[in-house]
Amino acid sequence: MAESVIKTEKLTKRFGDFIAANELTFDVKAGEIFGFLGANGAGKTTAMRMLCGLSIPSSGKATVAGFDVYKHTDEIKRNIGYMSQKFSLYEDLTVAENIRFYAGIYGLSNKEIKDKSEELVHQLGLEGETKKLVRELPLGWKQKLSFSVAIVHQPKIVFMDEPTSGVDPVTRRQFWDLIYAAADKGMTIFVTTHYMDESEYCNRISIMVDGVIRALDTPYNLKKQFSANSMDEVFYGLAREAKRTGD
Amino acid sequence: MRTLLFLLQKEFLQIFRDKNLLRQILMAPIIQLMILPWAANYEVKNISLAIVDHDHSTYSQKLESKIFSSGYFKLADYCASFNDGYKLIEGDKADIVMEIPANFEKNLVRENKQKIFLAVNAINGVKALVGTGYLGNILNDYNGELRLQWVQPSKISPIPSIEITSMNWFNPGLNYKIFMVPGILVFLVTMLGSMMCALNIVREKEIGTIEQINVTPIKKHHFILGKLIPFWVIGIFVFTIGLTISRFVYGIIPVGSIGVLYVFLSIYMLAVLGLGLLISTYSDTQQQAMSLSFFFIMIFNLLSGLYTSVDSMPGWAQIITDLNPLRYFIEVMRMVVLKGSGFHDIQHQLIFVIIFAIVFNGWAILNYRKTT
Repeated sequence: MAESVIKTEKLTKRFGDFIAANELTFDVKAGEIFGFLGANGAGKTTAMRMLCGLSIPSSGKATVAGFDVYKHTDEIKRNIGYMSQKFSLYEDLTVAENIRFYAGIYGLSNKEIKDKSEELVHQLGLEGETKKLVRELPLGWKQKLSFSVAIVHQPKIVFMDEPTSGVDPVTRRQFWDLIYAAADKGMTIFVTTHYMDESEYCNRISIMVDGVIRALDTPYNLKKQFSANSMDEVFYGLAREAKRTGD
Repeated sequence: MRTLLFLLQKEFLQIFRDKNLLRQILMAPIIQLMILPWAANYEVKNISLAIVDHDHSTYSQKLESKIFSSGYFKLADYCASFNDGYKLIEGDKADIVMEIPANFEKNLVRENKQKIFLAVNAINGVKALVGTGYLGNILNDYNGELRLQWVQPSKISPIPSIEITSMNWFNPGLNYKIFMVPGILVFLVTMLGSMMCALNIVREKEIGTIEQINVTPIKKHHFILGKLIPFWVIGIFVFTIGLTISRFVYGIIPVGSIGVLYVFLSIYMLAVLGLGLLISTYSDTQQQAMSLSFFFIMIFNLLSGLYTSVDSMPGWAQIITDLNPLRYFIEVMRMVVLKGSGFHDIQHQLIFVIIFAIVFNGWAILNYRKTT
């Protein structure tokens, strides 16, 4: 398979006595859709924040797009896109203004911004809505727009933290179409979720329980390994052992 | 540089779209400058006076009419006894009871000597002090008139006396508004600046957009400049509205150079916005930012010399006022507006405000982290 774009070795984050992420070791290949599963409070977000340069690891090693997470956070930030759990576009700006702002701060030229905006608006079917405040869009559209804005600078890797929570099944399906389209262009997708049907869309999945990675493989192999019929069963089998309760 | 332009564009778009914020920026200074200077009034008027007149003579009546014609006093009531007058003070219906003894006129004429008793409600110390002062003056005046009537004016006055002639510099009419308006304007700019700046950044924390910003390659100083510059401009705008109001509503024309005021203001705004920034780095919610700003603004306000003279504060309080940026700007405003001071005279204040700007902003930048 292709080269690794994310590589971690015993990556750990402690908050006082609490170990949020304990010795995570995994790698993600270029162009892969990598699912990160776990119950609330399992440590998914913490792990992702360390990889995005938002949080400094307590110990262990990790590189993202070839850059060290301790030393080269600025280079990492230039090469990744990030879509957080909270909705993160400016609700009091219009669709076009949001795209322009994020494209601008990633250093796209005026021409690139213009082309990219048109392409993006067309892809999302938002023609005629560009002058609308983001606040007025339905949640599903907001999430799709949010994703498109997160990859406006065509990053090598895009991190998504529960991007589809609270979104209806039809929109979720459309959302995954966008993810596939991005992956087809060679983007690596790193996504956390707790929808089990979504995990089936991933190339590989890791399941975190209480800050530790308990399983990591393709959905097919995982089902085989745990002799389960569905990812649901695999997940419940592991999550039942969790001692921590939700966040 | 280009990043900064995108940040500024975004901030201004948001500010102009926020009708509440615009209203605050425009209306707050107008309303407050129209109302506060009238209310923050040092003049003592409408002092309620209860009179216990045991004499009922021409002289006592003359004295009373002289008192009420001064315009500072209004009659609470005529009382039959001092106890009745005291009850009026207890019921907060009178501020001063004046007791004119029986035989007031007779003693005055025969013995050239008489005493009048004043009892003052000193809950409001200023009113009591000023009220007795006024009354004392009126009584003195009355005394002088009587003397002219009774004592034959001689060529050489038998009693040497010193007459005082005073002149009030810089504010000849003793118009307290000339003194208060510039101070209130400084207070307004300080409050708007520090609070709006703090709330704006904390709001981004609350809605989560700051996390999105933190994951972009935006540099710390770009982000901070992107926040400071818009509010710096707004501060200067509000100040200009304020100066216009004080010119056309209160007729205050600065004696000194307006340029000096604006130079000082532009540095002062950096200090104030730095404070807002600092507050935002210590708060996670707008509520926290609000209470923190309030805490500082209350202290700054009362220790600024806006209402009470810094010179009459106890030594330790004066030391605290040294750490209050508001104090320096109020001093500068009054010096420039009333006295016409120039750069040379406000050096001391300018240096302090520059230090504040550096300390607040430096501290805030150190404390603002993109990572945890």
